[in-house]
Amino acid sequence: MTIPRDQALTTLAPHIRDEDIVVAVYQTNFDWMALNSRPLNYVAVGAMGQASSHGLGLALANPDRRVFVFDGDGSLLMNLGSLVTIAGSGVTNLHHVLFANRTYEVNGAHPLPAADKVDFEGFARAAGYRESRSFSDLKTFRAALPGFIDAPGPQMTVLEIVPGAPHPRDYAYIHGVEARKRFRDALNARR
Amino acid sequence: MVATSTSPVDAPSVPHPSGAAILAAIKAAGVREVVAVPDIVTSDGLLWPVSRDPDFRLTRLCKEDEGVSICAAMSYNGTRAVLTMQQTGLMDSLNAIRAIGVDYEMPVVMLVGLQGKEPHLPPDQSSAYGVRIVQPVLRAMGISHSLIEAPGDEAHIPEAIDRAYKLSRPHIFLVGRAPEAS
Repeated sequence: MTIPRDQALTTLAPHIRDEDIVVAVYQTNFDWMALNSRPLNYVAVGAMGQASSHGLGLALANPDRRVFVFDGDGSLLMNLGSLVTIAGSGVTNLHHVLFANRTYEVNGAHPLPAADKVDFEGFARAAGYRESRSFSDLKTFRAALPGFIDAPGPQMTVLEIVPGAPHPRDYAYIHGVEARKRFRDALNARR
Repeated sequence: MVATSTSPVDAPSVPHPSGAAILAAIKAAGVREVVAVPDIVTSDGLLWPVSRDPDFRLTRLCKEDEGVSICAAMSYNGTRAVLTMQQTGLMDSLNAIRAIGVDYEMPVVMLVGLQGKEPHLPPDQSSAYGVRIVQPVLRAMGISHSLIEAPGDEAHIPEAIDRAYKLSRPHIFLVGRAPEAS
């Protein structure tokens, strides 16, 4: 059983506050921007699995905000040590949500190595995250979410997903100066 | 030009920079965040003192490219940071520096120990290939960099860090001689 990604995102959306930072990658990022465009969406993560490290930098520098990293499983495998770095950093405001489709989706949907064996929930727990859990059923995820969304981090939530409604891949925007300016302006606006 | 091999006993003795002076210069630039992968060149003179200095928050990394992203992300609210590593880690992080530092125009300041460089030789005359290529690679990428080799070289650190953050561009300090702790 798996969760359509767009339904996972629409389930998360009501729990994201205006002041929260959301760092998202690849197709999850494009879908999230379409479903919940907001100034504190951080979209400029470069490549090679760096979203979790950007999230850590934001969490360290903004301890009064919650930081959500909507990561990909292929991305995380390119930066797996970041789990250990995050756990060792002492941050309590970082929530790592892993959208696991077991493929490199935007690069031809090729399978991950050992795609059917990798235990991402276990990785996070072994790295030292405060809590780690997995969901492959939307109803169960929706029911459980309020119970941990406000918990101190680092928290890992693995969602076993399949593509939902497709949204355009606007690479020009996520790599462009306007996206970074929008985020910076929102981050530094008076609260 | 590559130096012919000089045995360590024949190499001229040269003064090394002060780690304390380097850290004071980093503080003078408003930096309180240090993000690091250990490096034997800067370990005793910089990283161990940072780890004991309450003015700094030290975040230890598993891999150097994490630090490029961390420092860039910190900068969005004006938080200044220095990322320390060895030149091997610099070479391994070039794509992150290219994407985040150069393409995104983010202020990532790095302090890189040149492991294997002969203290009395400039980097481009080192017999170590991994050292010799560092400056040409940075020049090819258009990345601002400067040397910290001798006592007094730390004087340019605050201005270089200020410039990196004002221009929102990377700057890399290359540490060619192991700083002394004092």
